Amino acid sequence: MEPTSHAFIANARAELGNPTLQRALGLARTGFPARRRQAIDRLPEFEDLREEGRGIKDHTLAHLDYYLELYERNVSAAGGRVHWARDAAEARAIVLEICRAAGAKIVTKGKSMVAEEIALNDHLEANGITPVETDLGEYIIQLRHEPPSHIIAPAIHLMKEQVADTFRAAHRELPPARQLDDPRELCDEARTILRPQFLAADVGITGANFLVAETGSSIIVTNEGNGDLTQTLPPVHVVIASLEKVVPTLEDAATLLRLLARSATGQEFSSYTTVSTGPRRPGDLDGPAQYHVVLLDNGRTDLLGGEFQDMLRCLRCSACLNHCPVYAAVGGHAYGWVYPGPMGAVLTPALVGLHEAGHLPNASTFCGRCESVCPVKIPLPKMMRHWREREFARQLSPAVYRTGMRLWAALATRPELYHALTAITGRVLGWAGKARGRFRSLPLAAGWTSVRDMPAPEGRTFQALWAERQRAPGGRRR
Amino acid sequence: MTARDDILGGIRRALGRGPLPAEVRAELAERVDNHRRNLVPARAAGLDPPARIDLFVAMAEEVQTTVARVASAAEIPAEVARYLAAENLPAELVMAPHPALEAIPWQNRPLLQVRRGRAEPGDAVSLTPCLAAVAETGTLMLVSGAETPTTLNFLPDTHIAVVRAGQVVASYEDGWDLVRRLGAMPRTVNFVTGPSRTGDIEQRIQLGAHGPRRLHVVLVDEHEPVSHGSPVG
Repeated sequence: MEPTSHAFIANARAELGNPTLQRALGLARTGFPARRRQAIDRLPEFEDLREEGRGIKDHTLAHLDYYLELYERNVSAAGGRVHWARDAAEARAIVLEICRAAGAKIVTKGKSMVAEEIALNDHLEANGITPVETDLGEYIIQLRHEPPSHIIAPAIHLMKEQVADTFRAAHRELPPARQLDDPRELCDEARTILRPQFLAADVGITGANFLVAETGSSIIVTNEGNGDLTQTLPPVHVVIASLEKVVPTLEDAATLLRLLARSATGQEFSSYTTVSTGPRRPGDLDGPAQYHVVLLDNGRTDLLGGEFQDMLRCLRCSACLNHCPVYAAVGGHAYGWVYPGPMGAVLTPALVGLHEAGHLPNASTFCGRCESVCPVKIPLPKMMRHWREREFARQLSPAVYRTGMRLWAALATRPELYHALTAITGRVLGWAGKARGRFRSLPLAAGWTSVRDMPAPEGRTFQALWAERQRAPGGRRR
Repeated sequence: MTARDDILGGIRRALGRGPLPAEVRAELAERVDNHRRNLVPARAAGLDPPARIDLFVAMAEEVQTTVARVASAAEIPAEVARYLAAENLPAELVMAPHPALEAIPWQNRPLLQVRRGRAEPGDAVSLTPCLAAVAETGTLMLVSGAETPTTLNFLPDTHIAVVRAGQVVASYEDGWDLVRRLGAMPRTVNFVTGPSRTGDIEQRIQLGAHGPRRLHVVLVDEHEPVSHGSPVG
């Protein structure tokens, strides 16, 4: 999809004023973090597993060429084929060629962020092939021609009434007066509509949560079972995955799987974790006759060896989204591309350019929750800071902001001047705001005061109070 | 230059090195060949077999799997018939053509219609064996093969799985050991933890999104050796 991340500020403002979206986000704010907490409290080893998960990913990335070659050898040995794609256009062309060779008319799809990244559906449609999303959330947003707003819950921005309207508009063959008030009815309708599509599909396309070098396997994690019907029923199974998904062994995958479901949905384990290796075997009664893997780079190798390499550990669990106050306020669409929230704020500038996505790393309070819940300990705030520094260095930020930052830097690097100025400012503001205790407007602070009051300072600065405490009898001394 | 060479070259350039030296490659090959276990949670690892089975049942029931325990394989047909009647389902099913299931005395229940094969669109109920059951999270481990078609695990509305007590293992890693003993990796290894579900609409969990609406485990409490992957631990 075409990124609209450059319009983040306008997008965010519009989403803040969208009452339906705010209701939907309200449900997400509480649900995901509470369920994650509960699952983690039941597993005393969780912190140690995070450390191991980080170690596995770091080890793999340091030897990525070795593990990708081993993975490819083992896919081939099992009768499958690996296709390497430098960028989105190459990946789309490879998938289209496989579909054409299979004479495909209908292609079912399991949920795949990489397929979103390369805008695969548009390309298939433009070439006369009908892609059918089968994950319930993805199906809903496909009918609405919307991008996903969340990595694991793509329709999280919608309320059930909107889904009902979408289904009524799309499923014209069903009686218009049917009842669609409840998620149960909506779910059953999607099941009924999609079942024949699963059976009619000529090609099934899935993503991959992990690729296992040791065995040449791809692993998908789902709850609905749509991914399994997608990859079992049609004669051709295409896996599309970015290259950092590879891990060395099945044991390594098991460790990361323990982290994934708990971090994502707060489940002990997702309903279905499926390990696929090659096409069907002689004697098998079902399964695809062909197995293809499209390995996508699309800018990821450029992140190796640099300050953004840690981002390649990402499992796409969504924990950082679910715990982000900014995501919770504006939702996923405001971010303007495929990957939202803190992980998107770091990854999107790397994949579509800082010029397009420079706002995203600025959309953070640096509260640090994203890093604290990340199952593989990605230092997301630190990397957002790196992007901000680059944005500044490349003069991409507005002149006012840059001048302000320079003034701030001049002040902050001269402690005496800083202390003197803050003490004076604090006293002046304290005196001026004494009567009301707050300010409705302040010169140079409209960004703050246009949406909330500024409290008036009540006394001396923290630094002054701290110094006094250090001096006081019985006070701690350095 | 092919995309493959370009990407692999790009990786090496970014990491600031050429192809890995032979001794590093040997170390990595050894790491893979040893496939050492990482940290395995203590939850199930330290339990004796009866406690491990109890944990499996508790974890499975937590995710809406129903479990019926029977004393021997001879009791399976009666349990299956009882379950189907209780769920108001017709007394017919499609069964994996697997020796362990063929050995069950189905002739004791002549009214139960049993077809052997893969699942077809009209099939309402399937019956499968499993390779193992993982106590840690109440998870079934099923592998594909000529005697165990994968469609049985996903296409019918109701999936009944037979688990022998000796097949209940502690962890996924125990399961991998069993898979490796099969020789080549099967086309598919399915970890199944409860029936199909979705929370995609307002995060309200609905069972039976696309896969089975019901998952029923018949747990056979006999400890005879199992033909299809022997128990460990």
